[in-house]
Amino acid sequence: MSASDHLIPVVVSKVVEVNSIIKRFEFKHIHGNELPAFSGGAHIVVEMLDGSTKRKNAYSLMSSPFERGQYAISVRRDDDGRGGSKFMHEKVEAGMKMNISAPVNLFSLDLRARKHLMIAGGIGITPFIAQMAQASELGAPFELHYAARTAAQAAYMDSLQDRFGDNVTCYCDDAGGGPDLAELLSDQPLGTHVYVCGPKGMIEAVVKTATDLGWPAAHIHFEHFLSPPVGQAFSVHLAKAGIDIAVGPEQSLLEAIEASGTPVNCLCRGGACGQCETRVVTCDGDIAHNDHWLDDDQRASKQFIMPCVSRFRGERLELDL
Amino acid sequence: MTIQFRNETFRNDFTYANSPGNIPRFPFPFPEDVYMYSTNVEPHHATRAGSPFEHAFDVDEHYVAEMKDRALVLADDPGRCQALPHMETAGWDFVELVMVSKARDYPDLFELTIDGDRWHWINKPLQIDDTFIFGDSSALPCHPMEYIGRQVQGDHAILDQRDGNLWLDAGIITAQADWSLDFDVGMNFFEWHAPVPLAHELGVFQRALKFLLSLPQGQPSRRLNWTLTVNPRLDTSPENYPKWGPDRTTVTPENIGEKIHLRVELQTFWRLPRSNAILFPIRTYLMAMNEVVTQPKWGRRLHRVMRDLRPELVEYKGLSRYHPILVEWLSQFDDGAPTSPGIFPD
Repeated sequence: MSASDHLIPVVVSKVVEVNSIIKRFEFKHIHGNELPAFSGGAHIVVEMLDGSTKRKNAYSLMSSPFERGQYAISVRRDDDGRGGSKFMHEKVEAGMKMNISAPVNLFSLDLRARKHLMIAGGIGITPFIAQMAQASELGAPFELHYAARTAAQAAYMDSLQDRFGDNVTCYCDDAGGGPDLAELLSDQPLGTHVYVCGPKGMIEAVVKTATDLGWPAAHIHFEHFLSPPVGQAFSVHLAKAGIDIAVGPEQSLLEAIEASGTPVNCLCRGGACGQCETRVVTCDGDIAHNDHWLDDDQRASKQFIMPCVSRFRGERLELDL
Repeated sequence: MTIQFRNETFRNDFTYANSPGNIPRFPFPFPEDVYMYSTNVEPHHATRAGSPFEHAFDVDEHYVAEMKDRALVLADDPGRCQALPHMETAGWDFVELVMVSKARDYPDLFELTIDGDRWHWINKPLQIDDTFIFGDSSALPCHPMEYIGRQVQGDHAILDQRDGNLWLDAGIITAQADWSLDFDVGMNFFEWHAPVPLAHELGVFQRALKFLLSLPQGQPSRRLNWTLTVNPRLDTSPENYPKWGPDRTTVTPENIGEKIHLRVELQTFWRLPRSNAILFPIRTYLMAMNEVVTQPKWGRRLHRVMRDLRPELVEYKGLSRYHPILVEWLSQFDDGAPTSPGIFPD
C-alpha cells in the first residue's frame, strides 16, 4: 500500500518561471473538484510519463493548506539527475494532464510548539511556505531564516517578506552568508521547535548545533531533499515473485519493482521514511546505500536495502519481494 | 431505506436488543473456527450492501439510543472526553469527515450545506440544525471533537503523529471495553497497548505502528476486535467497574443466552488532512448469545473458538469466571458440521 497507488487526475493550470533554475507548477483537479486538504510540510508524488518511462518524484506542496482549489509545487532543475526535474522543466506546460498522489506529510509542524523556528536552504524553502501559511492562520508564533546562494536564485524571498514581514529573515551567500546558528539556537523561548530543510550540510549543522546546545531531540525536525540518484544499470531477482527485473541508469530500484507489478510499500521515495525497507536474501556485490534510514550496522550486514534510493553493483542481488 | 430507531437502554433495565432484521448484519468477528491475534487489517472500502462495512460510518437502529447513553455518561463524568490543547485542528478534521460522509451516505437522515467557511448541518434523527463557521470553535457549544462525537456511534480516539510514534492526545470514550481515556491520554502507541498479552512478543504492535504511520489520506483501513460483556452495557469503563464487574457473578447456565453478549469493535483508521493526526473510531456492536446462535454457522463457530481460546486470552478478556459454562452452553449449537469461510452468515 502506498499513497501513490491512488492517484488524483489533475491538469497543469499554470507554469511560472521563478528564476533561471526554478519553475513553479500549479495543478487543478481535472473535473474542477476540490483537492484534499493537507497540512504544511506535506508532499505529493507527481507521476511523469516520459515516453515509455514512468517516473514518480516527490515534491513539497508550497500552496496554502487552506487553498483547496489548486496545489503548487516548485521544481529545481537538476541536469545531473534522473531526468524528472528536466522533464518537468522541458515537457510540462499549462493544460497538460497529469496524475498526482494525495498529500503525505513526513515533515509536519509539531502543534504543541510554543514557537516554530524554520531554517531553509535553497529549494528547501517550499515546505515552509505552506507551513507559514498554516502557522499564521492558527496564530502560532513562527520565524523563518532562509538562506540562498545568490539573490538571483533566492526563490520567493521578496514575496515572503511581503507576506510574512518581520517573521522572515533572508541570507545570501553572495551578501554575507547564512545565519549564525549558534546565536540563533541559543536564544529561543522554551518550547520552541526547530525545523530545517535544505542541503545535507545545513541539516547536519542545525541538528548538531541544536543538540550541542541541549535541545531535546523531539524538538528538532528535518527533511532531506528527496531525490534518488542516477547510476549504472543493474538487475535484481525478486524471490517471492520469482522474477528478474532490470533497473535502468535513470530509474530507481523502486520504480523498476513497481513497473514489474510487484507490491512494495513506500511513501517518501527519498530514503527518509523507512516504509520501503526490504530484506536482502542474497547479495554478491555492493549495495550503494543512499538512504537516511538504515543504521551503519544494518548497512554493513547487507541484509537490508531501501529500494527508493539505493542501488547495486555486483554479481547477484536477490530481494525478499 | 428508512431506519426504525429503537427506544432502548444500555443500563438498569437493559432493554437493548437487536431486531430480527438487524441480526444478519452483525459484524461477526471470526472468519475461521480458531482465533489468534493477527494484524487483521483490510481497506475500509464499501463492502456488501446492508453490512456494517457499506458506509464510512455505519448508522443502525441503535443510533439514537446510543447517543442518549453517551450523553448520560458525559453528564456523570466529563473526563470521558478530553483533548490536549494542540488537538483542536484534529477535532475540526473529525467534524468534516463525519458530516461529509454521513450526508453523502444517508441523505435522508443528514444534510450538509457548505458555503465557503459557512456550514449548515442538519441531523434529523437527533433533531439538530446548526449553522457555524468551519474552524471557529467559539461558534460551537463545546470542543469540535465533542460536538461531532455526540452525533456518531462508537468511541473516537484521535492520535497525534510525531517523533515516529502515535500519541493518544484526544478522545471521546464512553462505550469502552475496560480501558480508560483519563489514564491513557498523552500516552504513545506502545504505552497504551502495554497491558495486552502475547501481542508484543509476536511483534504485532511494531507492525501495526509502521502501518499506521504510513496510513495515506483517503485510504482508510479497518479491523475487528472482540470481547464478551455481561448484559448489553456500553459503558464498561474501569471508572465504573463497581457497577459492572459484579455482573459477571450473575451468569448461570439458565440465563447465559440472554446475559452474555458478543461485543465486537469495528475499528477504523483515518488519516486526517489538516492535523496529520489519525482518527480511530471504535464502533461497538452488541449481540446476545441467543441472537448469535440464530445463525447456525455462527453458533457452531463460536463454540469452537471459545473452546480452543488460549488461557492468556480468556484471562485478559475477563472471561475466566463464566468461560467453562459458556463453552458447555454453546456446545449444543455445534453439530460438528464444517463451516464456510468468512464472517457472513450462510
